[in-house]
Amino acid sequence: MSTRKLAWAALAFSALLFGGCSSMQSSEEAPVGDATGAAGTAGARGSRWAGGALDDPSSPLSKRVVYFEYDSAEIVPESRDILRAHGGYLSSNRSTNITIEGHCDERGSREYNLALGERRAQTVKRQLEAEGVSGGQLSIISYGEERPADPGHSESAWAENRRGVLVY
Amino acid sequence: MKRLFVVLLLWGWHLTATAGLTIEITEGAEGALPVAVVPFGGSAPEDVAAIIASDLKRSGRFKPLATADMLARPHSKAEVDFRDWRALKQESLVVGQVSATGSGYQIQFELFDVFRGEQLAGYQFTTSARDVRPTAHHIADLIYEALTGERGAFATRIAYITGMRSADGKERVALQVSDSDGFNPQTIFSSNEPVLSPAWSPDGRRLAYVSFENRKPAIYVQEVYSGQREKLADFPGINGAPAWSPDGRELAITLSKDGNPDIYIMDLASRGLRAITRHPAIDTEPAWAPDGRSLVFTSDRGGAPQIYRVSAAGGEPQRVTFEGKYNARASYSSDGKRLTMVTRDGGEFRIGVLDLASKAFRTVSDGNLDESPSFAPNGSMIIYAARAQGRGVLFAVSADGRTRHRLALEVGDVREPVWSPYSKR
Repeated sequence: MSTRKLAWAALAFSALLFGGCSSMQSSEEAPVGDATGAAGTAGARGSRWAGGALDDPSSPLSKRVVYFEYDSAEIVPESRDILRAHGGYLSSNRSTNITIEGHCDERGSREYNLALGERRAQTVKRQLEAEGVSGGQLSIISYGEERPADPGHSESAWAENRRGVLVY
Repeated sequence: MKRLFVVLLLWGWHLTATAGLTIEITEGAEGALPVAVVPFGGSAPEDVAAIIASDLKRSGRFKPLATADMLARPHSKAEVDFRDWRALKQESLVVGQVSATGSGYQIQFELFDVFRGEQLAGYQFTTSARDVRPTAHHIADLIYEALTGERGAFATRIAYITGMRSADGKERVALQVSDSDGFNPQTIFSSNEPVLSPAWSPDGRRLAYVSFENRKPAIYVQEVYSGQREKLADFPGINGAPAWSPDGRELAITLSKDGNPDIYIMDLASRGLRAITRHPAIDTEPAWAPDGRSLVFTSDRGGAPQIYRVSAAGGEPQRVTFEGKYNARASYSSDGKRLTMVTRDGGEFRIGVLDLASKAFRTVSDGNLDESPSFAPNGSMIIYAARAQGRGVLFAVSADGRTRHRLALEVGDVREPVWSPYSKR
């Protein structure tokens, strides 16, 4: 059998290094996309984006992280403006696709947290769809508690880690 | 032949490259039985008596006599004067001898009841130099069984995940397997992406686990010895929480391909899937009852995570846990009478044991971030992951919660331990 090949494959994995995230699109004043949007966007607002460039640190778009309460996937009020801004941008830039990552703090079991992280990512996705973004522009992935933003073990670290991240 | 040689060389490389776990006994029990394990005669590559004494001590059931306190060093019954050991208030005595043969070693031992002056057990083994250590664990199992009436679980292994964080904050993750005392660590798989949820096949030859190596979770199955590996489940969304059926033919898994996590059973021969749960809540972390007829799993269908039981044929799940606001990741003892799980105790996450007949629930750990409990195959101990001084470590606690020992890496985190089944000899 190909035990040799597999053993080498295992070694090869150990040599694999994944690069950073995908390249950021620097957008000029992007043309308004087709205004009909995706199905189920009855609550869509602002199909025209005039809120600044994606890479402008003063733009609300520079905020890419929304936070959650413990064992909850509900969008907290502080996250609404961030998601509204991204919703406006993405619904005006139909060719831009993002990945929504769901993350959890380290407390509790890992597989439950994987599921909770997915639920968080889905809630963010639904919120963006409600802002008029097409579901086809949005993929989700949960990392559960496996990718903490802050590797500490305090309440403040946990609060940093219970998050949804929009990756352009 | 050449291929085999290459593989062996690689394993050797892994063996030297892998840092081992070190053991520290943190809590001993009252009422442990005094036993004297006399250093064996002859010479061996390992201190057989020390391995046996360490195993017996870790179980919490025995209190081995320090070698320095021994009045004599007999190696066979003819050399034993039981008055020496009665004077030291020892109840049991182990003596033995190692002799080199052409190709390896012959190890013999005898176990005595000191009060009666009778032999309780005596065996002789022929072994290669490499297997001296496993043979010592096997002898400890035989002694444990002769003295307690229960099968020992020292000659077993544990699988676990290690994490080494580099200066840039990225974590290198590895799935490893070691002996139950942390020795002989081997790296089974490693990645810069998350690896989690290792699960032993019932014959102890394969591990199923979740790897994000393709930047999304997929379930893999890998042969522990050959390294041969295949991808078993890679559906959209979560592919998680693999658990082998007791007959080894099926794998219970969590899939969210239809929108949210539900429990499925995959037939390993046909790869056919059948849905066991269908509920908009989170259903995950399936674990089989030892008879293979039902499973327990974690669900938050009642508002918070609790343990539920469902027939392996599907149907309406029944809630199992009612104590506390958070119970997750349950698994059975091999007799099917108890469940161990993660339980929230106030603000702390601890390990609980539920006796299914009496419904008695007991917390057996004292940390604040304890997780991933699993029973030893004889039900005597539970291994789990915890945080100590900011690092991930493992603890093994006796099932009654009275004795505990810690397994830690010199550097880095260790987590998600799973105790192997008995290996088929």
